[in-house]
Amino acid sequence: MKTIACPLNGVRNSAEFVYGGPVKTMPNPKACTDSEWANYVFYGPNQPEVIQEWWLHAPSSYWFIAERHNGSDTILRTYDPSECFTHRVDVVGESANP
Amino acid sequence: MKHQRLPAPYGSRIHRDKPIEIQFDGKTIKGYLGDNVASALIANDQWLISRSFKYHRPRGPLTLAGHDANTLVQTPEAPNRLAEELPLEHHPVVTAQNVTGSLQRDYSRALDTLGRFLPVGFYYKAFYKPHGSWALWEPIIRQSAGLGVANLQNQPGYTDKQYLFTDIAVIGAGPAGLQASLTAADGGASVLLIDENPELGGSLNYHRFDLTGNDAAILRDTLVTAVNAHPNIRVMTQALCNGWFTDHFLPVLQGSRLYKVRASSTILTTGSSEQHVVFRNNDLPGVVMCSAFERLLRLYGVAPRGPLVVLAGNDAAYRTAIDAFDAGMTVSCLVDMRAGPNDPELEAGLTLRGIGLETEATVYEANADNSGLKLGSIAIHGLNTAGQSHPINAKTKPVGALRRNLPCGVLAMSAGYMPAYQLACQGGAQLRYCEQSAHFQLTNLPAGMVVAGSANSVFTLEATSADGRNAALAALAHIGRTPAEPEEPVSCKAQVNYPWPLFPHPKGREFVDFDEDLQIKDIVNSTRQGYRDIQLVKRFSTVGMGPSQGRHSALPTARLVAQATGRSIDETGVTTARPPLKPEALGLLAGRRFDPYRRTPLDSRHVELGAQMMPAGTWRRPAYYGREQQRDTAVAAEVRAVRHGVGMIDVSTLGGIELRGPDAAEFMNRLYTFGFANQPVGKTRYAVMTSQQGVIIDDGVSARLSDEHFYVTATTTGVERVYRDMLWWQAQWRLNVDIANVTSAFAAINIAGPKARKVLEAAGCSIDCSATAFPYLACREAQVAGVTARLMRVGFVGELGFELHVPSLSVGALWNALLEAGAPFDIRPFGVEAQRVLRLEKGHIIVGQDTDGMTHPGEVDLAWAIAKRKPFYVGGRSVAILMAGKQRRRLVGFTLNNDAPKPKEGHLVLRNGDIVGNVTSCEYSPTLNCIIGLAYAHPSDATPNSRICIRADNGVEVLARVTSLPFYDPDNQRQQL
Repeated sequence: MKTIACPLNGVRNSAEFVYGGPVKTMPNPKACTDSEWANYVFYGPNQPEVIQEWWLHAPSSYWFIAERHNGSDTILRTYDPSECFTHRVDVVGESANP
Repeated sequence: MKHQRLPAPYGSRIHRDKPIEIQFDGKTIKGYLGDNVASALIANDQWLISRSFKYHRPRGPLTLAGHDANTLVQTPEAPNRLAEELPLEHHPVVTAQNVTGSLQRDYSRALDTLGRFLPVGFYYKAFYKPHGSWALWEPIIRQSAGLGVANLQNQPGYTDKQYLFTDIAVIGAGPAGLQASLTAADGGASVLLIDENPELGGSLNYHRFDLTGNDAAILRDTLVTAVNAHPNIRVMTQALCNGWFTDHFLPVLQGSRLYKVRASSTILTTGSSEQHVVFRNNDLPGVVMCSAFERLLRLYGVAPRGPLVVLAGNDAAYRTAIDAFDAGMTVSCLVDMRAGPNDPELEAGLTLRGIGLETEATVYEANADNSGLKLGSIAIHGLNTAGQSHPINAKTKPVGALRRNLPCGVLAMSAGYMPAYQLACQGGAQLRYCEQSAHFQLTNLPAGMVVAGSANSVFTLEATSADGRNAALAALAHIGRTPAEPEEPVSCKAQVNYPWPLFPHPKGREFVDFDEDLQIKDIVNSTRQGYRDIQLVKRFSTVGMGPSQGRHSALPTARLVAQATGRSIDETGVTTARPPLKPEALGLLAGRRFDPYRRTPLDSRHVELGAQMMPAGTWRRPAYYGREQQRDTAVAAEVRAVRHGVGMIDVSTLGGIELRGPDAAEFMNRLYTFGFANQPVGKTRYAVMTSQQGVIIDDGVSARLSDEHFYVTATTTGVERVYRDMLWWQAQWRLNVDIANVTSAFAAINIAGPKARKVLEAAGCSIDCSATAFPYLACREAQVAGVTARLMRVGFVGELGFELHVPSLSVGALWNALLEAGAPFDIRPFGVEAQRVLRLEKGHIIVGQDTDGMTHPGEVDLAWAIAKRKPFYVGGRSVAILMAGKQRRRLVGFTLNNDAPKPKEGHLVLRNGDIVGNVTSCEYSPTLNCIIGLAYAHPSDATPNSRICIRADNGVEVLARVTSLPFYDPDNQRQQL
């Protein structure tokens, strides 16, 4: 079983974590086309590369982001989401977050 | 019966003062404490232990290390046990398995003669035509090819699991493993040394490493003493590391316990598997690996009836012959496939003992004795192509004339070695073939994994120690401990492998894989069928799929496939190694059948009231109150009480989430489909949550307790996900709101029925509960029977009802007070079964039961619960797309007369023979006296009085009448009272 370094709890068994999917940017739901919306909802990165992913440490209900190479399954870095989600989102889908 | 043993130091495992007798297939077998079933059988001159899988050929021990399938036997408890892994003292009765008739006379033996009509792939090809014929053949084939018999009456023993943590795990306690453990422990690391044998030392316990035979014991005693004395080393013997998982997570099986070991680094000193020579009848009982013979001699003190012949492809086999002679056995000949030993002293050693030597020769054929069940003689032929695989189609013959025919009791063979690569390859390591050394070598090990000793192709004692030391230094460096000393290069000049001859016998029966009865032609024919890739050869021929997992077949198969397909052995490679390494008992994986569930704070009260408890998600809840035999009357009575009087139900399992802060309303508005920004304080609202895909994932009730404070309920099984989703969105939105899951902090009771208000007033409520002061869908905070409560007027069961949410600690007092206050009104606690009927009568859906992974709000008539004019809610865009598209199904209510077969959840709804949906809920309704249910139907059948066709049990099709919802109280008068 893999271990994951939680930014809050340290290195723990991956069984304690829940996968939350890749970090994606939501298109403006009022302005985008149906196919842009479907792409956002259903598609994720699908090439061997370093991707940003959401992970939840379940016992402490803590969400964080991991940078993982999906080819080698190596986690390069984990960090608190406030690092990239820096400000209040007033209108969903119109923010400049990642 | 012979059971004389050699004197000490032979027989290091047995206790001669503790004789034991067991029954094997009806015969009495004598042995000693420390013996296993296989060693005791051989000591009693009983070599025949099993029949082979396919041809039912007689088989006996091959490795004596539990690394092959030849000793599979049946015990009263379990089938498919390896005789060499069964301690004699624990298994008084052992029988043969996979025999028709008896082990001695197996009528299925005829299959051996028919073998040429049963080529590899025969089963795949022969029985699938005409369509359906497999159903006819399968029981016959299973009968003849099946192994032992599972004892269905057997009560499994206790098993459990334990976590262990260590800096460095060392797998294998041979010379390399012992030295690696010591160096690592000296470097300050905690070390877990794991070995499957009862004693430490590995091959030092039985193998002769030098001509005199002294070195091994001396080194073993030194190393074992130091390891046992070292405070940093924990030793686990009779423990099997059965896999290597990412980040050094190791399942270790020991006795009745599964250890889950987490290490920072793994040192694999797993040794190597001795390889067999492929000649005709090489599977006869009495043909063994050299190491198996050495184990017999040294560990069990068994000198089997000879004469012994040794068939060598390396120098080590010479020392086996010498060791056997020195133990007093008759050694008639050593047959070396090579031109002679690398070390000339070995030849001198043979000469000194009068052991004959045949070089550039091989055993071409072995033959059974008169019984037909055991090795009797061998034919030795000169080799024309020593050191080569003989090309399959070559005109030249691989062997020359017969040199000698020798009577032979035991043939010990050693063609070469294959690293015990499985654990390393499970971790992603690769095997590369070196043509020069004719050896597979492990490369590309995952970070933190180190391999040493013969698993690393290092064989001499000095080199092995140095290699173990180096491995420990590398492991220390990996875990961040700077080693005190540098690694020194290790060189091992011992050439232990060479490309020994591999050619078919004209009459076949030269086995490559003993488990699966595969001969050379089976492997070669697989490639001719087009299965050129080694992985496909495996799947077609089943080579390497048996219990020995390619330990002996991988290397010869790679060589055969390479030659047949014109590629190098390196290009051909071996098949993927996957865990588990050896078969494991499911009981070990199951552990302590521990099945935890959550109890509400009222659990003991339900039990006292005679409730039948049932699982509900992770909780246990009352199903109904009363005896099991009277289930139906109990449920009906509970339903009646709610409809006509008053009932109360423990709904503490409901999820509860608190949202506080200036943005609480904004957050609710984004998460749920309804409008919450304008929800008045003191009011509740139905809250539906959709996923980003537009699928309904949860529902509940939102109560606005103040401007900046919402208390929202969630379904019992959904609350975890809802809470996580909320936190996930909040991590991105950064709103000014605090989110807390208070499911366990709050317990809740729902009192429902026309007399509910009277009970509440009788119990003492600090606010006016009248319909005008506290109307339907309002929420209040008040004292009820002295307990601070959040009250919500909700109508899940369709009657006047109050849901009381109170701190978990106070709910017991509240329950008692309500029961007492309700006594004059004949209040009746009701369970989940009655609640399901009540809510179904009311047409309320349960998310997860009446919805599935595709349900959008339009399919279940929840479009009214979607705010049309708010800017955003999760899933909103998807819901809009789905509702605008073509509708494929609709959840409808249906009724059936009582005499109709009652459909069950999951039964299909058909339309012109096509599946259009399924039943999601169906109950007998005591209130309406008919069967009612919910089902997905075609949208054009959704209008009341349409008929839908449901395929019920046994394929009976029933026509149900579609009814408008709710079934009960369609004007919603009663919940408003």
